[in-house]
Amino acid sequence: MEAFLHQIFAGIATGGIYASVALALVMIYQSTHHINFAQGEMAMFSTFIAWWLIQVGMPYWVAFFLTIGISFVGGLVIQRTILKPVEKAPVLTNVIVFIGLLVIFNSVAGWVFDHTIKPFPTPFPKGSFIESKYFSAHEIGTIVVMLCVLAVLFSFLRFTPVGLAMRAAAQNPESARLVGIRVSWMLGIGWGLAAAIGAVAGMMIAPIVFLEPNMFSGILLYGFAAALLGGIDNPWGAVIGGFIVGVLENILGAYVIGTELKLSVALVLIVVTLTLKPNGLFGKAVVTRV
Amino acid sequence: MNSSKRTWILVGGLLLLVGLVVLPFLVKNFRVFQLNMVMVYAIAILGLNILTGYNGQISLGHGAFYAIGAYVAAMLMAYGGWPFWLTLPVAALVCFVFGYLMGFPALRLGGHYLALATFALALAIPQLLKYKAIEGWTGGVMGIVLNKPEPPFEFSMFGQPLSQDRWLYFVILATLLLMFLIAWRLLRGRVGRALIAIRDHPIAAAAMGINLPVFKSLTFGVSAAFTGVAGALGAVTVAFVSPDSFTVFLSITLLVGVVVGGLATIHGAIFGALFIQFVPHWAEDISKSAPWAIYGVFLILLMYLMPTGAAGLIDRVLARFKGSAPAANPSGPSASAAAPASTHPVGGKL
Repeated sequence: MEAFLHQIFAGIATGGIYASVALALVMIYQSTHHINFAQGEMAMFSTFIAWWLIQVGMPYWVAFFLTIGISFVGGLVIQRTILKPVEKAPVLTNVIVFIGLLVIFNSVAGWVFDHTIKPFPTPFPKGSFIESKYFSAHEIGTIVVMLCVLAVLFSFLRFTPVGLAMRAAAQNPESARLVGIRVSWMLGIGWGLAAAIGAVAGMMIAPIVFLEPNMFSGILLYGFAAALLGGIDNPWGAVIGGFIVGVLENILGAYVIGTELKLSVALVLIVVTLTLKPNGLFGKAVVTRV
Repeated sequence: MNSSKRTWILVGGLLLLVGLVVLPFLVKNFRVFQLNMVMVYAIAILGLNILTGYNGQISLGHGAFYAIGAYVAAMLMAYGGWPFWLTLPVAALVCFVFGYLMGFPALRLGGHYLALATFALALAIPQLLKYKAIEGWTGGVMGIVLNKPEPPFEFSMFGQPLSQDRWLYFVILATLLLMFLIAWRLLRGRVGRALIAIRDHPIAAAAMGINLPVFKSLTFGVSAAFTGVAGALGAVTVAFVSPDSFTVFLSITLLVGVVVGGLATIHGAIFGALFIQFVPHWAEDISKSAPWAIYGVFLILLMYLMPTGAAGLIDRVLARFKGSAPAANPSGPSASAAAPASTHPVGGKL
């Protein structure tokens, strides 16, 4: 029982990471109706930036917030320069551009920062006061940080004028444009936010999986699964989906199928969700007029 | 077409054929190996292009079908003692079945979701191949080592013997021609028009009496079968299969090939295959990561500047040569919208 509980709590901790990746995907999906395949590689690149900042002697939390800022600007710039021209292009064009971005980030990270596996520091070291029986300090810290991200994001979207404009632009771009919202820029901000959330997720997971250019391939897949399970147009659903997927992964990995087939679990989860309940657990049914 | 023109085409075709037959004897064995890989990739790219270019179903997971084809061939040869050529139809059949099955959930998944599901497939396949329970069949992490088929007779030209690679060259060339013929017969008629109609306007296509589910899942099967044949040929060419040669990057490589060659073209597959075989070799001199950076830049730039790929460019140059307007070919799905997003009136799509 002890071990079982431990698995569940560890699952909740990794679930927090999946939740944030899923949240970043939902941020972009809500405003553009595109699934960003480069999300994982963008987060990986942000984590490398953080690593480099710490390497040159910055204290952890300064590097942490600086990386978030850089990632936000980076995401905004990418949307403005690379994705704006294809905003109205067909899905295939967008997917190909996303894949192009994925490949570029992956190879440039390997080029600049090298392919060797690097350890990444955690701000919540072993033996600190938050450690408890079931959670390691880093797991607790991860959950707390992720909850903070959620709270900040929620207040931003709910209580600020820009947040309101973003929601308007996502829900009804035409009307939003008519009342003077610059819809295209709202998409850019959405990208910036997604990149920033991804950066936080990257910095939280890097102490566990270590830093290297391919660190996100598995996590991204679980992020996808979480977003789909929760409903890809629902931020809260994505978060709950993340926790479900995290716990599910840990339990299945520990007791049923072993760690070797973890990615296949994600594959099965994605295909089953898409075929049986395409809108996810909490998503709205999509109705298209033809 | 007048008779003199027909003669020229005939002469040109014959010259090309003689060139293709002589070519492997003019270059070193390693170059022959590279040419073999080009032809293998061309078949795989053609398969993916039937699905993505013509039918508009996005697959980021065709590396999985390539892997299945490769493993089917490898297992039959290593454990069953089958002759290599007999494994090709089996690989095609197995991949057709897998593709057809994958095509079923794909019916419900449009655009992004399909890309996502196939992406997941591409990520999961190396893990599945390594799985302990089937290690006895797949060889696990170590993979399976194969023997290249021996040429059935001795022969030499220009002082170069008919080596294993050169013999394989002719086998692959014959397969390539056959696959291109099949694709050409398939796409240049009713079926091809149906596929394009489904891509461009599924509702109108259904209204015209095209059976969408049947066509879409069959296309998935046929496309997978093409790629599976390529995988089987690739396994023999490299004489080795292992899970780590079939990562998600193989699938992306095939997509690069399709985009560079030109979406919804048949002959574009050759250019795409040449690109993905030779450009990384040159780029690796700069850095280990350079090939992928170049792939990425090409993917994005081509989408902006040349959505019809190399084949589209060549067609346009030829058309200019003839002094006539380019024929109204079924251009790539992105041709109209990728580059000039500004030509769309704001919100005009809604």
